[in-house]
Amino acid sequence: MDEINFLAPTSWYVVLSAVLFIAGVTGVLIRRNAILIFMSVELMLNSANLAFVAFARAFQDQGGQVFVFFVMTVAAAEVAVGLALIVAIFKTKKSIDIDELHSMEG
Amino acid sequence: MTVGIVLFAVLALVAVLAAVGMLTSTNAVHAALFLVINFFCIALFYLGLSAPFLAMVQITVYAGAIMVLFLFVIMLLGAERILPQSRLRWQTPLAIILAVALLASAAFAVLSPQVNLQMAGVAPLQAAASGQPGFGDPKSVGEVLFTHYLLPFEMTGILLLVAMIGAVVLAKDEKPKRKPQYQSEERK
Repeated sequence: MDEINFLAPTSWYVVLSAVLFIAGVTGVLIRRNAILIFMSVELMLNSANLAFVAFARAFQDQGGQVFVFFVMTVAAAEVAVGLALIVAIFKTKKSIDIDELHSMEG
Repeated sequence: MTVGIVLFAVLALVAVLAAVGMLTSTNAVHAALFLVINFFCIALFYLGLSAPFLAMVQITVYAGAIMVLFLFVIMLLGAERILPQSRLRWQTPLAIILAVALLASAAFAVLSPQVNLQMAGVAPLQAAASGQPGFGDPKSVGEVLFTHYLLPFEMTGILLLVAMIGAVVLAKDEKPKRKPQYQSEERK
C-alpha cells in the first residue's frame, strides 16, 4: 500500500509556498476588515508550514514536521486571542474596519 | 512521475485560486470557505509529502476548529458584508505592485543558480523514495516530539493555557453595575 507519492521536486513546493505567502501578504495589505486580515495571516502561516514539510521530506528529518505542530499551536492560540480582541473592539467601536481604528493617531 | 506532476499542478492551481478568491471576495463567509478549500489542498500536499498525520491534523485543527471559530465570529458580529469603500483607496494598487515585486524577488531567490534549491532536494529525494519506514506516521512523529522536543512541547501547553485565559479575560463582559441589580431583583 503506497501512499499517493506524487513527488514533485522540493523547489516546486517552495515556489508554491512563496506564492501562497505573497497572497497572504497582499491580503494583509489590501483588506480593511480585521477578520480578513487575520485569515490572510493564517494563509501565510500555512504556506510556511508547507515549506517546512517539503524540507522535512527532502532532508528526511522529522524535526520539520514537529515544528509544524508548534506553528499550528501558536496559530490556534493567536486566533483565540485575536478573535477575542476583535470582539472586544467591536463591542466598543461597533466596527472592525481597521481604518476606523485611528483614535491613537499621533 | 508525470501523473504526480499533473496532480501537483492541479492541486497547486486550486490552492492558488482559492487564495485569490479569498482576497477578492466581498463576503466574509465566502472568504472563510475559500480558505477552507486552500487548507484542504495543503492537507493533500502533506499526504503527498509523506506526512499523513500532519494532513489529518491540518484538516481537524485548521479546516475544522480554527475556521469554525472564524465563522462563528463573523456571524456573531454580523460582518459578512464587506464595505468596498475605504478612506485609503490609493493603497490597493500600491499594495499589488509591491506584492508583484515581492513575488519576483522570491522567484529569483528560489530559482537562482546560486541558491541551488534543487540540489538541496535531489540527493535525499532518492533516499526518500526508499525512505525510512514509517516516516511521518503518528508513531515516529510522536517519538521525536516526546523525546527530542519535549521542552518545547511542554511550553506549548503553557502557551495554550495563557491564550485560553487571555481569551476569556478579553471576551468577558465588563459590567460591574449589573451585578447588584440582579441581586436586588432576587431579593424582591
